[in-house]
Amino acid sequence: MPGFGITLGYTLLYLGLLVLLPLGALIAKASGIGLSGIIAVAVEPRVAAALWTSFSISLVAAAVASLFGLLVAWALTRYDFPGRRIVDAIVDLPFALPTAVAGIALAALYAPNGWVGSFLEPLGLKVAYTPLGIFVALVFIGLPFAVRTVQPLIADIERELEEASALLGASRWRTVWSILLPPLLPGVLTGFALAFARAVGEYGSVIFIAGNLPYVSEIAPLLIVIKLSEYDYTGATVIATIMLAISFTALLVINLLQAWSRKRFGYV
Amino acid sequence: MQSRFLQGRFLDVAGESRLSPLRSVVAALVIGASLLTLSGAASAQTQLLNVSYDPTRELYREINQAFADEWKAQTGEAVNVRASHGGSGAQARTVIDGIDADVVTLGIPSDIDAIAKATKKIPADWRSRLPNSSLPYTSTVVFLVRKGNPKGIKDWDDLVKPGIQVITPNPKTSAGGRWNFLAAWGYSHAKDGSADKAKDFVTALYRNVPVLDTGARGSTVTFAQRGLGDVLPAWENEAFLVLDEFGRDKFEIVVPTLSILAEPPVALVDANVDAKGTRKVAEGYLKFLYSDKAQAIFAKHHYRPSKAEAAKPEDLAALPNLKLFTIESLQGNWDDIQKNNFDSGGLFDQISKR
Repeated sequence: MPGFGITLGYTLLYLGLLVLLPLGALIAKASGIGLSGIIAVAVEPRVAAALWTSFSISLVAAAVASLFGLLVAWALTRYDFPGRRIVDAIVDLPFALPTAVAGIALAALYAPNGWVGSFLEPLGLKVAYTPLGIFVALVFIGLPFAVRTVQPLIADIERELEEASALLGASRWRTVWSILLPPLLPGVLTGFALAFARAVGEYGSVIFIAGNLPYVSEIAPLLIVIKLSEYDYTGATVIATIMLAISFTALLVINLLQAWSRKRFGYV
Repeated sequence: MQSRFLQGRFLDVAGESRLSPLRSVVAALVIGASLLTLSGAASAQTQLLNVSYDPTRELYREINQAFADEWKAQTGEAVNVRASHGGSGAQARTVIDGIDADVVTLGIPSDIDAIAKATKKIPADWRSRLPNSSLPYTSTVVFLVRKGNPKGIKDWDDLVKPGIQVITPNPKTSAGGRWNFLAAWGYSHAKDGSADKAKDFVTALYRNVPVLDTGARGSTVTFAQRGLGDVLPAWENEAFLVLDEFGRDKFEIVVPTLSILAEPPVALVDANVDAKGTRKVAEGYLKFLYSDKAQAIFAKHHYRPSKAEAAKPEDLAALPNLKLFTIESLQGNWDDIQKNNFDSGGLFDQISKR
């Protein structure tokens, strides 16, 4: 295996220095209060409420981003229309924009006196400064992940497959359901996992639109910042460790799902 | 034919100008060395870092320039004061985590206490080292309401009425938020003379808060730009700034009958100035804050100068006249004030339980 030694060595060094070392330090700091202490923090009503807010909204937002990301990716890959490349580039903007800028822009738009908010307000729909605002921000930052992970898979689908399916008498829905979607599933799941992971850790864009009320619209990363403001470094690392554990479990489950979908549908 | 000819020429030119590896190394060294000399020249000028809180950007821009001029005139030395701004607590944390601040000018005494306690870079008795308990200026909390005061807000009692929306930052993350909290508590305590009643009062007030921003500037934006809420209890200087920035035809200031004497203190970071050898300049800077010139600048930016006679009369006249109380007279020393109100499990945590 030529190159195995050097690439593996580099991988281990890189992961060790850049990922495991800081995470290890985090967990070491948090474990100072012991497992019972960590659990006590996790079930504290305010922490539990913030964790619930963060993870539940991230989950829904990632799901919505994946669904619409799939549509966007399909439109951008399958069809040629004027301005396609520009639209394609726009998809990446949420990546490039400083998240605080995104948050401020979204808050300005969806505030009761904003361009969008002023139309929603009479309908009794409040977006900015409510959990719904968090959802909007998280869908926004999740979209590029959902689009970019499925785009190459859509490009790889051979048109002949669809034609064969149609010739064999399958309906359009059946073709979509049985021929087109299965090979895309791993990509959709990857996009979902990335969008979810990003959403859980997101701070900048959310903080400006969330309202940040304890028990209502307070996200777990804000609680970490609040703990730091109290100079409670242990408390902050404990919440971070809890988030890490939940995220890791969730990503593991998604990875298993992916493996299962590959096996089930026989695609790589 | 022509294009190939041009291409050839172009390549030739590129070939001529391409540096040999040795030459490029030499060139890089020369450039690097000249950059070093440049930065060496720049560092002959003393650099001071003032780590400050959020609403003082405009203030310290002017103060720092005035000090540089003054220092140059007095000693002939050039000095450049940089200021860093952010939430008071977050700024204190950057100093704790090692930023080489020469002086700190923060929003609330407890944030400097936190640096003193966590790092010992500032001695515990820092407040007694400078005049007026290390307060070159003070401020207070007043209300900003929308033009015409549509909800008829006159005093703190109006902020706890049902249906009134109050915009104030999170006291956990913002010094301004802490002053607002303490001002409301102190008002109720002065009126009813009971800590229990005061707790009910702040509970009712924070139930009227639809958004808890992380900093005072954030709350100002929420209120002034996003159009949320009926009243913004704010730093006095911030309230005036909104009038100047957004127009006196959109907002007005309501002065409550009683408010808090807000005390944003300053301190030398001893360990840092000794390590950097900037003690003399840094001490000169802090002394300058008490000079007539600086005092006049404070008043111009709507802070309350400790030496009123140094300020322009019209700047002083612009500051509303109201009764001020100190929180120390009600709650004792700052260790207790911070612990009982804002630390984990303190009064603010108790009242935000649902």
